[in-house]
Amino acid sequence: MAETLDLSQFIERGDAGTAHMTLAVDGVDCAGCIRKIESGLSKLPGVIDARLNFTQRRLAVDWRDREIGAADIIQALQRIGYHAHPFAPERIEADDGRQANWLLKCLAVSGFAAMNVMLLSISVWSGNVSDMTQVTRDLFHWLSALIALPAAAYAGQPFFQSAWRALRTWQLNMDVPITVGVTLALALSLYETATHSVHAYFDSAIMLLFFLLCGRYLDLAMRRKTKVFAGNLASFKAEYAHRLDANGELTRLPVSGLHPGDSVLVRPGELIPADGTILTGSSAIDESLVTGETAARIVAAGATVYAGSINGSGALTLKVVAAGAGTLVEEVERLLDKATEAKSRTVRLADRAARLYAPVVHSAAALTCIGWLIAGASLHFAIVTAIAVLIITCPCAIALAIPAVQVVAAGQLFRSGVILNSGDAIERIAETDTVVFDKTGTLTLPDPAVDGSSIDPDLLETAARLALSSHHPLAAALARRASKRVPYTGAVEEPGRGVRASIDGEEARLGSAAFCGLSDAAPQTARDRDVSCIAFTHGGRTAVIPIRQSLRPDAIAVTRALAERGFDLMILSGDRAEAVGPVAERLGLKQWQAAVTPAEKIAVIELLKSQGRRVLMVGDGLNDAPALAAAHASLSPITAAHLTQAHADALFLGDRLAPVLHAIIVSRRARSLMRQNLALAVIYNALAVPIAVAGLVTPLIAAVAMSGSSILVTLNALRARLRGPSESIMQSKSGDDAVVTTAGMAEPLLSPAAQPIFAGHDNAELVS
Amino acid sequence: MNVLIYLVPLALLLGLTGLVGFMWTLKNGQYDDLEGAALRILPDDDIAP
Repeated sequence: MAETLDLSQFIERGDAGTAHMTLAVDGVDCAGCIRKIESGLSKLPGVIDARLNFTQRRLAVDWRDREIGAADIIQALQRIGYHAHPFAPERIEADDGRQANWLLKCLAVSGFAAMNVMLLSISVWSGNVSDMTQVTRDLFHWLSALIALPAAAYAGQPFFQSAWRALRTWQLNMDVPITVGVTLALALSLYETATHSVHAYFDSAIMLLFFLLCGRYLDLAMRRKTKVFAGNLASFKAEYAHRLDANGELTRLPVSGLHPGDSVLVRPGELIPADGTILTGSSAIDESLVTGETAARIVAAGATVYAGSINGSGALTLKVVAAGAGTLVEEVERLLDKATEAKSRTVRLADRAARLYAPVVHSAAALTCIGWLIAGASLHFAIVTAIAVLIITCPCAIALAIPAVQVVAAGQLFRSGVILNSGDAIERIAETDTVVFDKTGTLTLPDPAVDGSSIDPDLLETAARLALSSHHPLAAALARRASKRVPYTGAVEEPGRGVRASIDGEEARLGSAAFCGLSDAAPQTARDRDVSCIAFTHGGRTAVIPIRQSLRPDAIAVTRALAERGFDLMILSGDRAEAVGPVAERLGLKQWQAAVTPAEKIAVIELLKSQGRRVLMVGDGLNDAPALAAAHASLSPITAAHLTQAHADALFLGDRLAPVLHAIIVSRRARSLMRQNLALAVIYNALAVPIAVAGLVTPLIAAVAMSGSSILVTLNALRARLRGPSESIMQSKSGDDAVVTTAGMAEPLLSPAAQPIFAGHDNAELVS
Repeated sequence: MNVLIYLVPLALLLGLTGLVGFMWTLKNGQYDDLEGAALRILPDDDIAP
């Protein structure tokens, strides 16, 4: 093709004519791939270095700009058998990477210090019950101080900074009591060492930091992993647009590189890349992703079209416009702002615990001090005991109780194809009691599917293989049925009409009824607006292939399982009543509303809220975005519009609806484990505080109690992994369990080629 | 107990060496691709037959 590919927004220019680019690579799943890709690229003239990061499935390439171009590199990868997509790492991802490295450094320092201080402490503890002299003990304490003080100053920074941020805004978080506890423990130990005392708590302070940093790092690592994966998926999905330049040339460039005022050519079957007004051409466009409406809209010059719609039959030229006042997108964004504001008021479980915890502990310590003074103890003893109370209640277990469960549950959700967008999503999903579904693309599959029940399988296979040569969206649905993914040679596409080829010496045609000479077959099927048809002739044989929006394969089983669990279910769709009604009937849902605008969706959700319901909204269209933000918790399929994805708490992969059920089950179990963990931490404190108040806490008791309670809550969190989500769905009494099991989903993340959005790629065979 | 005079510094020095080593590997990016590292040792076509 004569058009040029413009990837300049992804390329970093170095000095001396070198360039660097990061690519997300699809289909990398074995050791051989690393070698194949790296050696294959290194052989190209001009490529300086190619390094594949297998964990992130990303490839970093450096090349000399004069000898080879970015497009050549992507083509070379395609020849080897991999689809690569240029990738611009978001800034937030780079920040996370730096943060993770910093936490790892803090963890290493505190680990080193904890080992060495403990080495000295155990010597002191055993020396105290045998024959250690005071000089040796003092030496060991001073050595501990020498290690512990600088280490705590370095490794404690994540907590100190976070506590300071909270205090500056007059708030309390878990890091405030941690900071107070660590600082006081170190100060007291230093004083005790200087006064030749028997006890010092350097080991407690350092060990506390070490345990807490473990939790922090695991938490961040989990979130980073899902973000990297979501970033790759976004780049696989990234759409390209054909820009018409002033000199009449076509440039192919990623949609993110378009600016208002650009002219764009949209061919039949392509996605409309940006909001715009039509300059020339007319067509029928499918706006199901934008409004939920499944019937096509006829547009002509002057009409406004929205990004995300699919162009049907005719070529269009658009002028890109920014989202202006009065457009649907502007309306959606305005509603979003309001809805998001309301949501930020919910308080996370951990913060609620912290608000309760800090005042209780600090007043207990103060009371201890006053109590001992009244009882006639010395000032020194009273203060030491009060600080011991603070040290032993330092919220090691409480600070681990919730993140540990979150990490385990997020990992489990990740494996069953649910990617969390926000950290507290688990808590909020667990609290929901009403599920509101969008119809198009959520209950139904995002892409229309072929209903091949009444057609000869051989004929269908031939038609499907011929469809591989077409760019029409309906043909794409048919092409997915092809078991042999090799197009026929010599197939010719006539835009707007169909494809023809010579197969086994006979002419075959696939396309509109008229194109295939079947004009009398069309009126029969045109009655039903939800069904589109493709006609096919091969030799003497003919077929009219119906293509319709079909329900997700397990939609019935999942909605039934949800209803059995006592959820209220509802459909809110932007589509017509004739399209929504039958779906609701098949799913057995009594509550449904059709032709709902984004504002009305919010109104319904607000009404449910005012009745005390907590709503889980599941939707994919642009029109669902405000409702997703307004709901208590929200889920989106990965095929959803960009803006919608950004406002969902979690995304799910694949053709099935089961991840919605998994998300609820796993979240509920996680919430009950979080509560158990908090209860365990409270029991621990109930046992430990009296000992501390009585003034009986030695450093040995503090160390055993703190590490013991931390290990206990961590082990309890790991119980979340013991039962897989598939098992608990199997226990539900729905008739067709086999449909819901996750057998095929065990590792969806390792073979992304199995996901529907990759289905069109012709390396599907290579990956199997 | 005179043995402590050189044993304690020695123990600390060993520990510090480990810490410095870890920091060096971290800075070198050796933890950026843990899964890849496990797989990269498998192909043995760098060994002459």
